[in-house]
Amino acid sequence: MMFDRIKEKLEILADAAKYDVSCSSSGSKRSNKNKGLGNSDGMGICHSYTEDGRCVSLLKILLTNHCIFDCAYCVTRRSNDIKRAAFKVQEVVDLTINFYRRNYIEGLFLSSGIFKDADFTMERLIQVAKKLRLEENFNGYIHLKSIPGASDELMHEAGLYADRLSVNIEIPTVSGLKKLAPEKDHADFIKPMEKVKNEIIQYNSEKKLIKSTPKYAPAGQSTQMIVGATGESDREIMLSANHYYKNYNMKRVYYSGYVPIRNDPRLPSLGSQVPMLRENRLYQTDWLMRFYGFEVNELLNPQFPNLDVEVDPKLSWALRNPQHFPVDINRAEKETLLRIPGVGLKSVSKILNARKYRKLNYDHLKAIGVALNRAKYFIICDSRGWETKDLGSAKIKSLILRNSVGKFRKEYSSQLSLF
Amino acid sequence: MNSTTSLSYDGSLNGLLTCIFLNYEEKLQVVAIHPPGIASEELFSNHLEVITEKPKAERVWKAFKKIATARGVKNIYFAYLSEEPGIELEILKYFQHTFQRKESIDGDFANSHVLKIAQTAKKVSREKHRMEAFVRFQLTKDSIYFATIEPDFNVLPVIKHHFTSRYSDQEWIIYDLKRKFGLYYNLTTTNIINIDFAKNSGSSEENDYFFDSHEQDFQKLWKNYFEATTIKSRINIRLHHQHVPKRYWKYLIEKNPLHN
Ligand code: SF4
Repeated sequence: MMFDRIKEKLEILADAAKYDVSCSSSGSKRSNKNKGLGNSDGMGICHSYTEDGRCVSLLKILLTNHCIFDCAYCVTRRSNDIKRAAFKVQEVVDLTINFYRRNYIEGLFLSSGIFKDADFTMERLIQVAKKLRLEENFNGYIHLKSIPGASDELMHEAGLYADRLSVNIEIPTVSGLKKLAPEKDHADFIKPMEKVKNEIIQYNSEKKLIKSTPKYAPAGQSTQMIVGATGESDREIMLSANHYYKNYNMKRVYYSGYVPIRNDPRLPSLGSQVPMLRENRLYQTDWLMRFYGFEVNELLNPQFPNLDVEVDPKLSWALRNPQHFPVDINRAEKETLLRIPGVGLKSVSKILNARKYRKLNYDHLKAIGVALNRAKYFIICDSRGWETKDLGSAKIKSLILRNSVGKFRKEYSSQLSLF
Repeated sequence: MNSTTSLSYDGSLNGLLTCIFLNYEEKLQVVAIHPPGIASEELFSNHLEVITEKPKAERVWKAFKKIATARGVKNIYFAYLSEEPGIELEILKYFQHTFQRKESIDGDFANSHVLKIAQTAKKVSREKHRMEAFVRFQLTKDSIYFATIEPDFNVLPVIKHHFTSRYSDQEWIIYDLKRKFGLYYNLTTTNIINIDFAKNSGSSEENDYFFDSHEQDFQKLWKNYFEATTIKSRINIRLHHQHVPKRYWKYLIEKNPLHN
């Protein structure tokens, strides 16, 4: 290996890839057979964290940052005056293997600028994955970017070697995309997504009949949307996310606060703040939709098109819907417990376990990990002192905000660690 | 009046289980169980040196496993690996409680012993995950991937499986400097080893002699990668320290100024 040359390429091509927030390496099931190298079964590992607090799990790089397109929101765009570089296929393979063997990473996340055309680029990405699987007997995690416009045949092949495939929709609405990436066609994004979805469905049905059906993208597909580059409301963003979850069986939708990279009248100016809190609220909403049984319309609707930045979306929903409370901790169904502010998934499972043995009171709930400062206004339990007064939503909100500044911060950061 | 007893054992799980067996067999009122190196401080109780007896240990373990859930069994084992002062007595209480109720108490989180065991097990489990994440192998001249660790808890026994199944085509060693033993995978099985580190190990001449000639190059590449992948406008040091507490930085090439 020519270490100096590789070092330069690595710096350029990691720098260009870092705006893709997905670093998930979970959800696959590839075990290590025949004494090969590596596995990726179940939970992905974060091997490090960057100083901006993101998990480092995969070697996340572009194959090249040469690109024939000129999307306004992208550092790699044709008109941007930056250093360009391109890895050779074998170089990416060697880097991945050497990092993996030292336990730095769970695998590779390979994306690319589009050089020549979509298929030519996709083919190179596939070559890397194929070499890793077939020549190196590598069972670690591989996430490939589906290049918009790539042919069905290539998308089929990509899924045979990759654990996850993703196309970043980037701009949540079709009109926004027109404005910022006029050369790109919305349909080109959808095409590989549709193909991957159908392949996965087909794989799942064939798998039932023939056990040896080769795996197809076992960790599914994901996408990413930039938040705050164009003027979408939170409701538009989440409706769009919901659409991709429902219609394309997305495993994950990522939300990435727009990091200003240039002065362009179509975009927020350089120096404007990255909307990190908004991004965090969107992740919380996403979580509520996927794991807590909420519908988008409950959390965001025409009367309430944007999330409250002051309080988390579950609390915000509870304050708007006092008719559902208080909930009896010792009697309520799981689905109802999940809707109490300050009670998370883990707390719910602990409550369900512990209440089989005795009636639970405030002390028990506190020991279990319930955030009582929020929950206490919404529950009844085996303590005398529960909040009996009908305080009204505005009063409750101000009480919670007053008593939970530090706590709020903590929650903010723990939520960020979710991706 | 019943007099109380404190026990000493050899630090092994079987030793601890033997203590629990004796507690029943001799109808003791145990107030403390000490691992090696901890002197008994209970002035007014009898003291007993417990000799590990595997058959007795196995009987206790079997009886417990019959009642407890898989989660309960795992929590007890992990809590034991914590080596926290006083954890032995908590484990004894947990067993007593289980045998008394003749049913699993593993979900009874409102019981203080159950919660304590669950919380301690949680800490050990977090350390296990951290070690699986933060171990950094360095390639030696003999083609062995070598790493040292100094975990808060004794996690080598529980990370063995992960590393054995993941790195099954390379020889590797993970050595616990604190507890002075390690795991060595020889391409077939993973065994416990002891190494006598020479006094001058760790010096740079020693390292050059010991490690593969490209080892430093890969470490530098990794460091470069780490820096390039950070988004400067989003830096959040508080959050960063929460994810990677400072005491773990020594493992991480990307955080270690020695590797500059
Ligand atoms: S096609 Fe992709 S890499 Fe090229 S400018 Fe657009 S977003 Fe950037």
